[in-house]
Amino acid sequence: MSTVTVQLFASYAELLGASTIEIPLAPDSTVNELLHHIRLLPGASMLPATPRVAVNRAFASSDQRIQSSDEIALIPPVAGG
Amino acid sequence: MKRSAIVTRLIDPAALIAEVRSPAYGAISSFIGTVREINDGRKVSAIEYSAYAAMAESELTRILDEAEERFGVQSIVIEHRTGTLELGDVSVAIVAAHEHRASALDCTRFVIEEIKKRVPIWKMEHYVDGTREWVDPTRAAEASRT
Repeated sequence: MSTVTVQLFASYAELLGASTIEIPLAPDSTVNELLHHIRLLPGASMLPATPRVAVNRAFASSDQRIQSSDEIALIPPVAGG
Repeated sequence: MKRSAIVTRLIDPAALIAEVRSPAYGAISSFIGTVREINDGRKVSAIEYSAYAAMAESELTRILDEAEERFGVQSIVIEHRTGTLELGDVSVAIVAAHEHRASALDCTRFVIEEIKKRVPIWKMEHYVDGTREWVDPTRAAEASRT
């Protein structure tokens, strides 16, 4: 097991009550597996079924593999402009 | 000149136009987004913009590269502001220069639409009645389909 740090922003940070969370994860886990762990957290039931995830500052697909050194973030619906 | 930035100060569209202006170009197109006083029938008092700044800047750089590839526009500046903005304040400015108008105009439209789809920036609207809400364009799109 290793631990990944996930950054939270805007409405998701409010839902989960934190700006970062630490998730224990088996090496070579996918984005989808990470989301499975996040859904178990208090407040996470309000998250959409498949929130967008960014890995190293780019949007990631659900089967992308994650390393503990990656910069990971959950991205709420964007509203720039 | 090709650059983009997330800024916390006022955006000065005239300064951005000066950056891209050149005798090489015959057209400068701009899009300026400002804070509107009514949204969804509710009276807005202010908007608080926040961003995942590091990724927002990476995503803006990718959009600039795509805009250059699609429209051949090499001179383009984007600034998006974060923090608390008042009614009428400029939240985003995009300025593109090209030899001809069609490319400059198409490029500006492309950039603002891409920003709205994929740059990690969020807004919390504050209303005059004292309430506040995160703006979720995906929810608005769903509502308009039903």
